[in-house]
Amino acid sequence: MQKSDCMKSILNYSSLSKKYIMALAGVFLMSFLVIHLAINLCLLRDDGGEWFNAAAHFMGTNYIIKFFEIFLFAGIIIHVLIGVVLQVKNWMSRPVAYKSGNKSTTSFFSKYMIYTGAVVFIFFIIHFMNFYFMKMGWVETTFKIRGEEPNFYLVAQALFSNTNYSILYIVLITILGFHLNHAFQSAFQSLGINHPTYTPFIKTFATFYSILIVVGFNIIPLFFLFFKA
Amino acid sequence: MDLTLEIWRQENPKAKGKFETYKVQNISPDCSFLEMLDILNESLIDKVQLPINFDHDCREGICGMCSLYINGRPHGPDNEVTTCQLHMRKFKDGDTITIEPWRSKAFPIIKDLMINRNAFDQIIQAGGYISVTTGGVPDANSIPINRNDAELAMDASACIGCGACVSACKNASAMLFVAAKVSQFALLPQGKIEAKDRVKAMVAKMDELGFGNCSNTFACEAECPKKISVSNIARMNREFLCANIS
Ligand code: HEM
Ligand code: FES
Repeated sequence: MQKSDCMKSILNYSSLSKKYIMALAGVFLMSFLVIHLAINLCLLRDDGGEWFNAAAHFMGTNYIIKFFEIFLFAGIIIHVLIGVVLQVKNWMSRPVAYKSGNKSTTSFFSKYMIYTGAVVFIFFIIHFMNFYFMKMGWVETTFKIRGEEPNFYLVAQALFSNTNYSILYIVLITILGFHLNHAFQSAFQSLGINHPTYTPFIKTFATFYSILIVVGFNIIPLFFLFFKA
Repeated sequence: MDLTLEIWRQENPKAKGKFETYKVQNISPDCSFLEMLDILNESLIDKVQLPINFDHDCREGICGMCSLYINGRPHGPDNEVTTCQLHMRKFKDGDTITIEPWRSKAFPIIKDLMINRNAFDQIIQAGGYISVTTGGVPDANSIPINRNDAELAMDASACIGCGACVSACKNASAMLFVAAKVSQFALLPQGKIEAKDRVKAMVAKMDELGFGNCSNTFACEAECPKKISVSNIARMNREFLCANIS
């Protein structure tokens, strides 16, 4: 196949293939969120950041993790790009809107995926500027361990002690939860998994997962606001 | 019953349509929705005005010709019925009813509430059939078929191709229709032979015709007059994946 043909065929992927890729990228991101949550919960330990900084150090230096980091970034970029491409096609598919709106019974969060997704994207940007850029040394910080690596425990503490930042964080994480609530079950359906016995379980688990993520991540700013400030 | 109707009027596919308001009086609650429109059309003809164009044929919920997006829902406020099976008792005296055509890039308006659903025919032509040269009638039990699969295939084949799924979907996606057609064959031994080519061709056609993608919102299933299940969509997703990787 000619190279240009190859590019063309990728752009011309069917709607179903785009959804598979999107779902797989999403599932990868969802599993990473659990690891991220586990690390963040170390912030709750009253050890001056020992565990949290050790975890951050491990994530920043381990070669296996660095390898998976490529997939993480690729996953985010692919998920967002395909999400936008699908959404544009969806908007174009109904050029004239209904006057009487839509009163069909549907799953609520599924209708707002592009909007909750956009909010999550904004969150990613804020998050990367606060932490990832610092890790890469692109942003300077005065909080350092032995004057070298950034002390992410102190960075997090400083951020969460700011009430406005904490409230923004809580709101954004909650909106991520809305995205995940539909995303989790949707990914199974997109990948062809729908079963009379397992699907109701998957739906319940999706709710459980999204609540776990929202509560888990949000405990931390609440903890810093009420117990540390 | 006395009702106010807000109806989409559009002279031809290219014309810029608009909503017109009509009043109908003394409508029996036992009247069907289409009969109510017939009464309105009679009165328009009496006044030497153009009657409102709308699709219908069997008027018993089986042909899939009737459409109409009524007060925010395809086929109106009742569940599991087509517009021809909808009764005026589902409305209240004095109600204002908004009646719109199915809105989708793939279903252009022909006139007023009448739409062109030829896109569905094109999807069927792409692969929604079995190419067998039929010989004599085979013995009924010569091909063993799993009872459960036979039931599921039967359920999928209940699709009458009305397009309510497209009209309800926020993305104007035809996934439920295509999935039902793919499933009814994929589940049966006769259909399995061409299953891979069929699903590829039908999905390609669906994408080409300008229908949206599936966001798994499931408005289609909620509005389908034949209660086609979204599990068919998952089956099509499986079929398509397998067809492309094996
Ligand atoms: C941690 C971050 C994220 C995770 C874990 C995640 C996960 C998922 C998953 C699993 C799906 C379901 C895919 C499917 O139905 O096949 C999904 C759908 C979607 N995501 Fe995300 N997502 C994230 C961030 C984003 C961002 C930043 C955007 C930005 C545009 C976005 C936009 C969308 C859209 C538009 C859909 C719906 C696609 C459709 O059904 O048509 N997501 N997400
Ligand atoms: S007119 Fe045949 S289904 Fe309604």
